[in-house]
Amino acid sequence: MNSTIIQFTQVTKQYDNDPPVLNDVSFKIERGKFYTLLGPSGCGKTTILRLIAGFTEASKGEVLFNGKKINHVPANKRQVNTVFQDYALFPHLNVYENVAFGLRIKKMKNAEVDRKVKEALSFVNLKGYETREIREMSGGQRQRVAIARAIVNEPEVILLDEPLSALDLKLRTEMQYELRELQRRLGITFIFVTHDQEEALAMSDEIFVINKGKIQQSGTPIDIYDEPINRFVADFIGESNIVTGRMIEDYKVEFVGKEFECVDQGLNPNEPVDIVIRPEDLEITALERGKLQVRVDSQLFRGVHYEICGYDKDGNEWLVHSTKKATVGDEIGLYFDSEAIHVMRHGETEEEFDRRLEAYSDVDTNGK
Amino acid sequence: MWIQMENKLTKNLYLFPYLLWIALFVIAPILLVLYYSFFDIEGNLSLINYQKFFTPVYLKMTFSSFWYAFLITAISLLIAYPTAYLLTKTKHKQLWLLLIIVPSWINLLLKAYAFIGIFGTYGAANSFLNLMGIGSQQILFTDFSFIFVSVYIFIPFMILPIFNSLNELNPTLLDAANDLGASKWTTFRRVIFPLTIDGVKSGCQVVFIPALSLFMLTRLIAGNRVITLGTSIEQHFLVTQDWGMGSTIAVFLIIIMVVIMVVTNTRKRGV
Repeated sequence: MNSTIIQFTQVTKQYDNDPPVLNDVSFKIERGKFYTLLGPSGCGKTTILRLIAGFTEASKGEVLFNGKKINHVPANKRQVNTVFQDYALFPHLNVYENVAFGLRIKKMKNAEVDRKVKEALSFVNLKGYETREIREMSGGQRQRVAIARAIVNEPEVILLDEPLSALDLKLRTEMQYELRELQRRLGITFIFVTHDQEEALAMSDEIFVINKGKIQQSGTPIDIYDEPINRFVADFIGESNIVTGRMIEDYKVEFVGKEFECVDQGLNPNEPVDIVIRPEDLEITALERGKLQVRVDSQLFRGVHYEICGYDKDGNEWLVHSTKKATVGDEIGLYFDSEAIHVMRHGETEEEFDRRLEAYSDVDTNGK
Repeated sequence: MWIQMENKLTKNLYLFPYLLWIALFVIAPILLVLYYSFFDIEGNLSLINYQKFFTPVYLKMTFSSFWYAFLITAISLLIAYPTAYLLTKTKHKQLWLLLIIVPSWINLLLKAYAFIGIFGTYGAANSFLNLMGIGSQQILFTDFSFIFVSVYIFIPFMILPIFNSLNELNPTLLDAANDLGASKWTTFRRVIFPLTIDGVKSGCQVVFIPALSLFMLTRLIAGNRVITLGTSIEQHFLVTQDWGMGSTIAVFLIIIMVVIMVVTNTRKRGV
């Protein structure tokens, strides 16, 4: 069986003469994985979901499902089900009938409906809630009903449109575990839309980072966190320090007026680049031992770590996550490994980026 | 303590106009109607009026009132529901709604007289029929003209509550139904209609109950060919001077209205 279940080929979505909501987007979704579409609001992530669900049609390009073009297939004929942001549970039906809705439309026998609905409800830990009205359910419980209503139809793909955004923090974290667990047990494809980067990193097999109607970067959470392709991704995923620099030659980069060793290669000599260093990769040390010298401007206690903000003498801001405390007003040294430096080329496309990364690993294996 | 008493006093003070209104214009007339219904035409205390009500003449009249009120309500609903649905889809829905409501501000009598002009032998409708080569027809003083004009008068009151309940409907619910495999028609049958049933009910109430006691239109438009309970009440009070019988019919009309209101007024479900 082909592992690709959904494929977008150069899909554009445009309303009237407004700038396109999605601009020439192509990607593949594989069977049985947990995908996250991550981006700020208005970036086009929900549009991708609506295109897959069939609530809207692409202006250009092809949407393939199991290798078949489904651009004009109406939503009620598609093998996907959606969990909506506001759950969209039917207020005139109780929990049982909400979950049974899809099955009843298929004219399934009552005994069969009963078995499936009970199974779905126990899957989401809502056994015994069958006769409850929707308005008697809490936010978290409604969420589960919405999930049960989607999985009971045994779709190949479940689409989740920011389903956790209405829950409080504790419940949200709990549901993150549950959703991930559910996806593993069901073994079907989940496509999850969120603007919460932590949620995306914690839950996904694959993340698509989307901005301004384009997929900026796709990859595993670790890939995207460790090797952001550009300023937007670096900034959107996690906290980061971004400064401009210059690639002197392979393994040598210059920024804040100093030369540093790095692990990047394959760039043009003297090419201008952006440098990213994650706050947790910066280590507080004695002034003279530090690769950077900054004056501590502010310090916040975050529970797990201190968030320290300092400025170097050129006025660049440096954010440090450290379990060690600093004193505001002091000058401290910051140490980091050469691996901590991430070099980003200007305007590099994802393909070029991937090719360059592959080139590194070739060198690594050759060297061993 | 003193402030609480003061509060209670002002509360009662605000309640006073309402209570006065109810007493003078609701309770007193009902009691009066009830009182008069126990007197026959000679002014003797008797139950003869109630006996008379159950004779074929009045039962037929009751049935015909119900039948016409039902027709008017059903036709209004058939036209109003799709209209309200289309209105919620338009860009300037509040404006379109206003345009539909505006005619209801015009006096009922004026509208009735306007229709006499339009439907009359030399009216606009007949000139049009002549022009089409069909020739003049008797339009005025028929069942058709009666129902047509009644529907015209009542339809804004049917559209308004239905429009409101359709307007409050969460559009994601329609996506959800569609997503779960429902066709457009199934979505309407299983989601849209059940969720707007409250609007339909109050629309039917607002149309059916006044339609039961229509009397002016029966004379002006239907030319007394349609006799409803409303016409009969009017005739008894103004023509035959049998206030007792008129009151008895009114008592039954009130009972019927209360029953209809209780039956159609189920609790509104929270979302």
